[in-house]
Amino acid sequence: MANIVEQHTLPLDELLMQQFREQRSLITAHDLPAITSLRDKHFADFEQNGFPHNQLEKWRFSRITDLLDETFEHSLQPEDVKNKNLSEMFRCEVHNFNTEIISVLNGWYYDTNGGYHVSEEGVIVSGLRTAMKQFPDLVEKHFGTIANSEHNTFVSINTALVQDGVFIYVPDNVQVPRTLQILKLIDRTGPHFVQNRNLIVIGRNSHLSLMHCDDSINHHTSLINTVTEVLVQENASLEIYKLQNLNDNSGLVNSTFIRQLADSNVKTVALTFNGGYIRNNVQSFLDGRGAHADIMGLYLMDKEQHVDNQVRVMHNQPHCTSNELFKGILDDEATAVFNGYIYVARDAQKTNAYQNNRNILLKPTAVVDTMPFLEIYADDVKCSHGATIGQLDEDAMFYLRSRGISKANARLLLMYAFAADIVNVIEIEPLRVRIDDMVKKRLRGELSVCENCVLHCSTPEKDYHFDIDYSKI
Amino acid sequence: MATDSNEILEQVTQSEYKYGFYTDIETEFAPKGLDENTIRYISAKKEEPEWMLEFRLKAFRHWQQLPEPEWAHLHYPKIDYQDAYYYAAPKPKKELQSLDEVDPELLETFNKLGISLEEQKRLAGVAVDAVIDSVSVKTTFQDTLAKHGIIFCSFSEAVRNHPELVRKYMGTVVPYTDNFFAALNSAVFSDGSFVYIPKGVRCPLELSTYFRINAANTGQFERTLIVADEGSYVSYMEGCTAPMRDENQLHAAIVEIITLDNAEVKYSTVQNWYPGDKDGNGGIYNFVTKRGLCKGRNSKISWTQVETGSAITWKYPSCVLMGDNSVGEFYSVAVTNHFQQADTGTKMIHIGKNTRSTIISKGISAGRSNNSYRGLVKILPGATNARNFSQCDSLLLGDQCGAHTFPYIEAKNESSIVEHEATTSKISEDQLFYCNQRGIDTEKAIGLIVNGYAKEVLNKLPMEFAVEAQKLLSISLEGSVG
Repeated sequence: MANIVEQHTLPLDELLMQQFREQRSLITAHDLPAITSLRDKHFADFEQNGFPHNQLEKWRFSRITDLLDETFEHSLQPEDVKNKNLSEMFRCEVHNFNTEIISVLNGWYYDTNGGYHVSEEGVIVSGLRTAMKQFPDLVEKHFGTIANSEHNTFVSINTALVQDGVFIYVPDNVQVPRTLQILKLIDRTGPHFVQNRNLIVIGRNSHLSLMHCDDSINHHTSLINTVTEVLVQENASLEIYKLQNLNDNSGLVNSTFIRQLADSNVKTVALTFNGGYIRNNVQSFLDGRGAHADIMGLYLMDKEQHVDNQVRVMHNQPHCTSNELFKGILDDEATAVFNGYIYVARDAQKTNAYQNNRNILLKPTAVVDTMPFLEIYADDVKCSHGATIGQLDEDAMFYLRSRGISKANARLLLMYAFAADIVNVIEIEPLRVRIDDMVKKRLRGELSVCENCVLHCSTPEKDYHFDIDYSKI
Repeated sequence: MATDSNEILEQVTQSEYKYGFYTDIETEFAPKGLDENTIRYISAKKEEPEWMLEFRLKAFRHWQQLPEPEWAHLHYPKIDYQDAYYYAAPKPKKELQSLDEVDPELLETFNKLGISLEEQKRLAGVAVDAVIDSVSVKTTFQDTLAKHGIIFCSFSEAVRNHPELVRKYMGTVVPYTDNFFAALNSAVFSDGSFVYIPKGVRCPLELSTYFRINAANTGQFERTLIVADEGSYVSYMEGCTAPMRDENQLHAAIVEIITLDNAEVKYSTVQNWYPGDKDGNGGIYNFVTKRGLCKGRNSKISWTQVETGSAITWKYPSCVLMGDNSVGEFYSVAVTNHFQQADTGTKMIHIGKNTRSTIISKGISAGRSNNSYRGLVKILPGATNARNFSQCDSLLLGDQCGAHTFPYIEAKNESSIVEHEATTSKISEDQLFYCNQRGIDTEKAIGLIVNGYAKEVLNKLPMEFAVEAQKLLSISLEGSVG
């Protein structure tokens, strides 16, 4: 393990820059030539700008400087997993829900079947590093074409240094029957900086549903920097469910870039249950006529947790539609940021875009900053946005109380109803039932970062419900 | 029909500015450029006391440290602050006793603008303070106002006659450190209006200031300070125009309002600075800092603005709701045409308990213009039961313009309720069809719809202004009102 840099004194940005300069040959050892030059370009960008600081407009509400002050380690080689029981770690038991699990431990793709898998229909699931060797044409054609580092140098440093991640390729005309589930676990002692890069390409008329779970196994500090690029080609459809359940010491910067071609349909749902610092960047490029994007999110935060959803929808072509809905409940000293951005290009006529952010504050100490932006350069469009911050509806509360429901239960019920708008858009039924359960647990404060991952909530068989006599309502 | 309405829209959006004449009045200038000597020159010219000069110099030194802000959604070439005159005054400057002593050229100017000082004096019952090229030339109705103990005069007069009031309140709402343009104004402001309404007085007249830039190559920097003492009320109106010129001129003003317990100030603006020609040449760069402080309990400040002019508008009339139960309101119609760019909105800072604010903003973009709403609603931890409602709509006329919305909402108190909604759309073909079907031609129909769209705000204007504002709206969108 000589090539793992063990530096305990350098700030993270300097550590990473030093690694790049001193170990460039190691970093680029598995690269395709095009990717190496892309790395150099992004590294120069990072060298110039460094990590985002608190004064930047896009970062001043989500102050990341404190988190970056931690002395992190960053390894450029996968660790030895012989002593770990991977199949036990990545066991996932969503009741009645059959997924194909893709395991990523501390940023490295693990597969017992030789590193990649090609199904009968030609669906490729592979580690990114393996994919560069096995499917160089596909990777070279798409890697780095969608992600951009504007306002977000985490993308630059990711491109410059990243070693592994997940590569998924769905050929034209394939309906992938099973949901793919990327399970990302962090199990390290000591503060660790982890990078991932995912590349997902969906062919024409194809369909894929994907779960993307970020979990931590222990309570050590980590900072995860994930960049995902997705290309959805003509008339294809994709569902992505992001589940985030990290410990309170962990940071996650999750940047997803989705390029949609004509008549494609994408739904992303981000479900944030726990995490010290979570920043989700979603950029949707509607680059073909008739494309539709649903971008949804639910965040239930407490303690001193922080969540930030940065959503940018680029309506570059006419006749596209998009729908954003983010809802959050904030307890204790939790803080949430929402910055939606709908951009309608000059000739993107007949655009229909909707954006909404709704928040409930439960304690005087919780804070919400919401910025629903519109930037519109075409006239024949319908764009609307809304944002609300408030409390549980007093009238509804009164109604429930008058039916003999205790205050605590009425509160739970109303919060649950508030969250249901997002939960109900989950199309995979077993998953919806499971998430529904998790929301209930979370609202009762019983869902902590549990034993393993969210989805193995200790007793999946046991149904979970409120002690409410529904017949009275 | 679509092509018909396109043609009419084109006509509508090709109109010209009607206040673009230039009056040949002998004018006195400060030397071109900006340094401490310019400031000393202005201060000496105005025979200011030492403390005023000190204030200006402090502001100037601070301004020199500041970078020009670039965050607004505006694009314009860098301003050369050394290439302008910072002081221009109509000559000769002497104390005027009656309108007869005012330069007839000047009176003619105001007559052309429809701001007939003479007529206003007789009929309208509006006290007017006319400011031309930075210097107040005439204030009407001072005697009537004095009877009620109301002070309404030019800023320089206030510095001379009421220094204790000016010193007590100036810079308390917009300190010179506030921003780049506020610092610039604090350093070089030449004149403006000062209003003080004593305790319990309801001002019997609508007060009004008319601003006019006349001289070439000058910046205009005026400063308005309104203090409403306990239980008082005043309605204040402001209008502005400028001649047509090929070069851009700079206007950077400050307006400060302070309301004490139970006081109310209603501030209305019809801003019609020269917007530049239809190819985007010339026009006023308008960088204005307006802020009101609801200092007392149950006080209220209401901003109403109709923004039709200026090549660049950078303006955010704000309310700091400090007193418990205080109320802030912002009603705005911003019209941009040709190559105009507007970045305007408001800030509502809730500090006191039970504070309420309302924001209604209507943007109309035509031609190749860009119109942005930028607003902040901030609820501080102590603002229990604060309530805000914001609505900002945009209407697009033409496919080359842009309409943008940048609201910021920061809530730090769980008992507050904040709502924001916004829509962007064009005039619907259904509405036009309905009007046509009732025998209203497309041009008139557009006017009707635009006026209806802006009605919510126009209704908030004082009567005298509402008429002018509606006229302006129709001029800005040529002939759209039948």
